[in-house]
Amino acid sequence: MSRPDPNQHPTQPRRLPFASEIDRSTLLRFRFDGKTLTGHPGDTLASALLANGIRLAGRSFKYHRPRGIMGIGPEEANALVGLRTGARSEPNTKATMAELFDGLEAVSQNRWPSLALDVQGINGFIAPFIPAGFYYKTFMSPDRWWTNVYEKLIRRAAGMGIGSQEPDPDRYDRMNAHCDLLVVGGGPSGLAAALQAARAGARVILCEETNRFGGSLRHERDMLDGAPALEWADAVIAELAAAPDVTLLTRTTAFGYYDHNMVGLIERVADHLPEPAHWQVRQRMWRVRAGHVILAAGATERPLVFPGNDRPGVMLASAVRGYINRFAVQPGRRAVIFTANDSGYRTATDLARAGIEVAAIVDPRPTAGPDALGHAAAVPVHFGSAVVETGGHLGLRYADIQRLGADGKPTAKVSRIACDLLCVAGGWTPSVHLASQSGGRLRYDAALSAFLPESSKQRETSVGAARGLYNLGDCLASGAEAAAGALADIAPSLVPVTLPSSGAPSSEAAPAALWEVPKAAHSRSKAFVDHQDDVTADDIRLAHREGYVSVEHLKRFTTLGMGTDQGRTSNVNGLAIMAAARGLEIPEVGTTTFRPPVTPVAFGAFAGAETGLHFAPVRRTPMHDWHVANGAEMVEAGLWMRPKWYLRDGENGFRAHQRETRHVREKIGLNDVSTLGKIDIQGADAADFLNRVYTNGWKTLPVGKARYGLMLREDGLVFDDGTTSRLGETRYLMTTTTANAAAVLRHLEFHLKAVWPDLDVHVASVTDQYAGMALAGPLARRLLERVADIPVDNANFPYLGVREGRIAGAPAILSRISFSGELAWEILTPADHGITVWQHLMEAGAEFDIAPYGIEALANLRIEKGHVAGGELDGRTTPGDLGLGRMVSTKKDFIGRHMLTRPELQRPDREQLVGLVPVDAKTGLRGGSYLVADTAAPTPVGKLGWITSTCMSPNLGHPVALALLKGGPARHGERLFALNPLEKQVVEVRVTSPHFIDPEGKRLEA
Amino acid sequence: MHLRCPHCGDREHAEFSYGADATLQRPAPDETSHDAWMDYVYNRDNPRGPYWEYWQHSAGCRLWFKVLRDTMTHEVLDYASADATVEHRKMADGSDAEGYKP
Repeated sequence: MSRPDPNQHPTQPRRLPFASEIDRSTLLRFRFDGKTLTGHPGDTLASALLANGIRLAGRSFKYHRPRGIMGIGPEEANALVGLRTGARSEPNTKATMAELFDGLEAVSQNRWPSLALDVQGINGFIAPFIPAGFYYKTFMSPDRWWTNVYEKLIRRAAGMGIGSQEPDPDRYDRMNAHCDLLVVGGGPSGLAAALQAARAGARVILCEETNRFGGSLRHERDMLDGAPALEWADAVIAELAAAPDVTLLTRTTAFGYYDHNMVGLIERVADHLPEPAHWQVRQRMWRVRAGHVILAAGATERPLVFPGNDRPGVMLASAVRGYINRFAVQPGRRAVIFTANDSGYRTATDLARAGIEVAAIVDPRPTAGPDALGHAAAVPVHFGSAVVETGGHLGLRYADIQRLGADGKPTAKVSRIACDLLCVAGGWTPSVHLASQSGGRLRYDAALSAFLPESSKQRETSVGAARGLYNLGDCLASGAEAAAGALADIAPSLVPVTLPSSGAPSSEAAPAALWEVPKAAHSRSKAFVDHQDDVTADDIRLAHREGYVSVEHLKRFTTLGMGTDQGRTSNVNGLAIMAAARGLEIPEVGTTTFRPPVTPVAFGAFAGAETGLHFAPVRRTPMHDWHVANGAEMVEAGLWMRPKWYLRDGENGFRAHQRETRHVREKIGLNDVSTLGKIDIQGADAADFLNRVYTNGWKTLPVGKARYGLMLREDGLVFDDGTTSRLGETRYLMTTTTANAAAVLRHLEFHLKAVWPDLDVHVASVTDQYAGMALAGPLARRLLERVADIPVDNANFPYLGVREGRIAGAPAILSRISFSGELAWEILTPADHGITVWQHLMEAGAEFDIAPYGIEALANLRIEKGHVAGGELDGRTTPGDLGLGRMVSTKKDFIGRHMLTRPELQRPDREQLVGLVPVDAKTGLRGGSYLVADTAAPTPVGKLGWITSTCMSPNLGHPVALALLKGGPARHGERLFALNPLEKQVVEVRVTSPHFIDPEGKRLEA
Repeated sequence: MHLRCPHCGDREHAEFSYGADATLQRPAPDETSHDAWMDYVYNRDNPRGPYWEYWQHSAGCRLWFKVLRDTMTHEVLDYASADATVEHRKMADGSDAEGYKP
């Protein structure tokens, strides 16, 4: 930034000398397509470009038509630019919404090699051959060309700018807020509503999309109580800012209206800065839960549809007034106003003030109201006429005007008027997006030619221009009244605010519903309906001829209204042209559904701070630090971190887990099992409850014993397995698999509360309360004899026994259960003692050569034993499939009992658990491989099953696998082939029992 | 959406997890009709309008309860305990629920 020196910045030739929101004391430099230009604080990129005399802002995305700046706010459909560079570069940004800052880099889009000379501008010449649906219809076959060839070509030719490929460097924030009244829109209606609510003492949030409150008052020169209306707005804002319970948010768009009166706001905290300060987020998402919502989002001016209506220099009349009054910019030198209502006439006065010659006002109506005519006093007005064509290569040079005959068709002589600015005013479209999203109904108002909110489903009220009120006095009154009504319950003694007077309302002539100017004999240009998506009036008629009669289909086929402007300028015109093509009235055609977001919202804002490490919590066991310090490589298991293996000098992971697996079978190992789900179950009916939850019987389990249990879902398929110990007369401790800990708890809670509320049982998760460790191996007893204060011999502590004792002084629950198939104890100790007990076991175990083992070794051990786990418990297997049929009681009810009897689940040739060994005893098997009998059979090969788990068994010296195989138990000894087409692997395998080691279980009971 | 946990009060719906159709009753253990079990386990209506469903305050007190929600508007019309007997389109007290009428 620097002090302006009039001699040093010869740019901004179109900046006007009068006072505006522009701060001329500071000069900002920015670059557009590499050219350095200047502007001032208060400018948007669009106003600064216009001030520099730049009319050509980009190329359209399909025909590459030269396009200029058309609007002044979020309705902009032409001037889409790429902002910034590097990781912060962002395509498709509306130049009208980008606040200027020093150093801003902007580039135009869809042009090559340059904006003025664009090679694909030829698309305009071949346009008759690329109508709506062209891409769908042309690039159909061959199929594989779609992703490889066509898509890439089309993306380059019809792309919408280029996004950054780098990670987003910015941070985002999410915020929850509650209020009595949320006011969306800081224009006159919204200010009146917020003022009324604040005076009543309500908690108010007022959000405004732009950088300053005032809305249309910033663009027009309205008077209130004889003073400029913006002064009233500033006074209101000052009062609101001082009110204790009012939150004012600028640069904040309400983008979505959700259930239960929740509105999503996106606050652009730092988008107006070169980059956020180090302490600052870029954008903040607000989730506002409001007692009531007042929608004061205003209205958007509609362009008129006529041939050549997209040339740079054709602008919305209201935008032209805004550029003059708010930005002191002269958007042209010689203007024509083409208006279908009285509001367009106001433009003449502002144009004159800006020193722009007004060559003509063109109005299809027979006359205009008195105020309008007052604005037009010094200008030739062509009533009953229309602009039927425009000309100019890279910008507007003339407009052709013709009278419309009684049949509405152009007639008589064409008069060509030289001009570089064409201000169009086709009527107003209230911003009903949020009202519609909230579930409210819309109604078509023929007099206003607009859809208006009719009824509300949630607690919301539309006010001002958003409900079709265009007179300033009416807007203020509707805002204040709606706020009073909304607060009637909480502020019964509310005093209505005194509103300023906007003077006597004038009578206006009715607007004309001129949806499309009929083509004149000489009209050659396209008449655009949706400038952003390059949809013309002819495209809509083509869609209709091809059978797309529903507006929803029309939208998808032509892409009408699907751009970032959300059809603000094009929606109603498109519906009207479709209605005309179908010979229907507009309400009969209806409108498309409005969906969030109203305006583009960065994905980062939805994610908020929940990225990277904050994306999900990390669960660490009490022994985590020990594992890391002792060579463990940690691996994620759900949210948990578990040791995969412990590397010793020079070892790789494979050697480490092979060593650990051997070590457990030969000596003694220690494994962290803290992640297993642990559920405390207490109550008089606990045994009965377990009996209903597990397939096997629990009533006979004595205190001090554990039992392996199998749980089904109600559909008869296996849900989870684990051991449950009886700690006391009415107290049990259930363990679940790590993965299903939460689901099992939920399952138990549901059945206790909803299905069997009569059972006297309570359950609570104690997963985090206990550290768990499995001490396994033939020397386990010898170590435990040293460290435990209870006898652990076979007589006193038999297999499946459960005892409470102490290790290293810490209380512990010891269960003689084993997943590895070795002599083993599972030790649970309060989490805080976990590391003490673990270290004590490691130190005392040194003389027995104890070694820690990770989950890879654990998996090897259980596969060697044929114990099922995640690969087999895949939600499709029955107890019988897993060789656990004997665990299904026939004497009692349990969850899943009935559905398990379905014939399909009892078929004898279901895929059932087997073991596999490669015939060559060398080749490793791949999980997921298909099992087939004949590799030469034609594809698709009839598969007999698949491999669920594999490992290299160090204790057997060859690879082994578990598989689910049709009629598996009857096939032991057969030779099959394991096919892995992805790895192009075919391995001959021999079917075996899944119990590779110690099938009799002698080691367990040693 | 907001849901009112009978124990904790009004909370954001992200604190809750969804159950299923809350008018279902598990058939008696001696029920042998496949149809009865198929209805309990699989067959669900997907009506527009007031619909009883289970919710659990899973990130809070973990209570299971029943909610009468209008599937069209997400309006929550009534609540009941998890073991209450309820009927779609009816309030917990048996009166007709407001909302969509066929």
